[in-house]
Amino acid sequence: MHSIVEYITSYLQSNQTPGAAGNFAWATIYILLVFVGLSIAVICMNWLERKILAHMQVRLGPMRVGPHGLLQPIADALKLLLKEDIIPAEADATVFWIAPFIVVLAAFTVFVVVPFGPTHAITDMNIGILFMLGVSSLAVLGIVTAGWASNSHYPLIGALRSSAQMVSYEVAMGLAVVSAIMMTSANAEGTGTLSMIGIVQAQLEQHEWFLFKYFPLGIVAFAIFAIAMVAETNRAPFDLPEAESELTAGFHTEYSGFRWSLFFLAEYSAMIAVSSIAVTLWMGGWLRPFPNALSGPTWDLVFSLFPGLTFLFLAALCFYSTARMPKHPLFRIQTMGLAGFGVVLALIGLILFWGPARTRIEDIYWFSAKVAGFMYLYIWYRGTFPRYRFDQLMKVGWKVLLPTGLALLILTAIVGMRTEILSMFQEGLR
Amino acid sequence: MNPPVATAFFFYLLAATMIIGGILVITRKNAVHSALALITALLAQAALYLMLYAPFVAGVQIILYAGGIMVLFLFVIMLISIERNMKERQFNKQWLVGIVAAAALGALFVTVYTKTSRGVSLFIEGRMSYGESQNTQMIANLLFDRHAGMYMFAFEIASLLLLVAIIGAVVMAKKRI
Repeated sequence: MHSIVEYITSYLQSNQTPGAAGNFAWATIYILLVFVGLSIAVICMNWLERKILAHMQVRLGPMRVGPHGLLQPIADALKLLLKEDIIPAEADATVFWIAPFIVVLAAFTVFVVVPFGPTHAITDMNIGILFMLGVSSLAVLGIVTAGWASNSHYPLIGALRSSAQMVSYEVAMGLAVVSAIMMTSANAEGTGTLSMIGIVQAQLEQHEWFLFKYFPLGIVAFAIFAIAMVAETNRAPFDLPEAESELTAGFHTEYSGFRWSLFFLAEYSAMIAVSSIAVTLWMGGWLRPFPNALSGPTWDLVFSLFPGLTFLFLAALCFYSTARMPKHPLFRIQTMGLAGFGVVLALIGLILFWGPARTRIEDIYWFSAKVAGFMYLYIWYRGTFPRYRFDQLMKVGWKVLLPTGLALLILTAIVGMRTEILSMFQEGLR
Repeated sequence: MNPPVATAFFFYLLAATMIIGGILVITRKNAVHSALALITALLAQAALYLMLYAPFVAGVQIILYAGGIMVLFLFVIMLISIERNMKERQFNKQWLVGIVAAAALGALFVTVYTKTSRGVSLFIEGRMSYGESQNTQMIANLLFDRHAGMYMFAFEIASLLLLVAIIGAVVMAKKRI
């Protein structure tokens, strides 16, 4: 008994990820935490997307279930779980059954290497970014099999579109990622790294986010990735695989109930996964903004107050809405619920001001805040851009992004090796 | 000290997955089921590479075979009609050749891993052991290092071969170029 406790507590001093420390108990805890956090993020994302999109279109969005529709995602989840689960008569039942699980597995497995902080990752792999790209590319298998197994025309067309699109944009995405990985080797030893934690630490050592490195090469690489990642996750304006005006719902037309909700879960966690790749590679991962201009212990303290302040701001929003709730007796429970939610948020905010919590949570906060920015971008795209036509989509992928990516790769290599190339020329002249 | 990942349990689990997947590939009549079984076998193989402390090879295996090639494979199979294939007999009438090839491969494995009567093994005694963290860097050194890099030329030749295959496919598929 004592040895088990010792085994569990020994990790706290190790200052490593649980995977690197080889601590099975903490690895399990981290996996559960990431899983729960991701599910909560998907629920929040569901509500936020509907509300933000509604406000962009001058509507109110969900307002009936709970104050400001806050309980709408939970009601939706319950509805989906209680719905009848239909398998079409002529469908290939086994493959139809397996397909959503392939998509969900691929979307969740990548979070094994996502670095929420220097020690806050399930494990740190030597091939981190390669693992993320590889496993997330497995999702297309699930989509293709789902479309085929439905034995119906719209799903098959949707699946074919989706796989063509994902395979094409993966190439441009890979080129942009390689250019960022090359930047990690701009140090004294000249050795780069593929590990996700290593990439962020390289940005820390070079005192520069890769977004601004070798201006404008970093920004161009980031732009290529940012376009390709929207296409990879089949989101608007590249949502041809599920273009509802043409294909009803694309590859998941025949799915219903629980299995459909698995596709939904996978789509949103894949969005979070690619956003966290972008944050890790170009936006400094868990590092706080302005580390050079606003450095020093005072600014460190100020920036470490941000997590608590964010929660206090959300709580203040809740209290403001509580005050504006209709005074009719029918709304009494909703008003009390909203006030209670605000109190909970304020309590969390106050706990986050406490020293030890502040230092532990800061890196996770900055990582999540940057990812949340990307999630807002996704919603913004959906509210702003009209859908591409399929030939335009292919043209952008193969004729614009791919050549730009190749040129970028060569330019990054030349700029990175400039001192060596110059010294070679000087040797040649002598 | 880390507990070893490469335990016998995981090896047997992955090997069994691979063998079952391989058997399913050749016994299923539905070509899509075969392809899915092949993907399972390839993923188990990637995990075996991880157990051999070769993470880079494992990652490339997942990206190229399971993620890239097999998707295109599946793509093609889904577009041809399955119904006719279901009624046809499976055309593996090469029992003799198959048995001879399998026996030869088995014999090769046995001779490589057993010592001769004089205690000399064909295989190099003891496997090369690098830490997991060095594998990718070692591969990069073998390819690109100015002194130790000896596989660059072979690598380029292999990629040229693939390029020829791509051009050939385009020429065959398009009537007018």
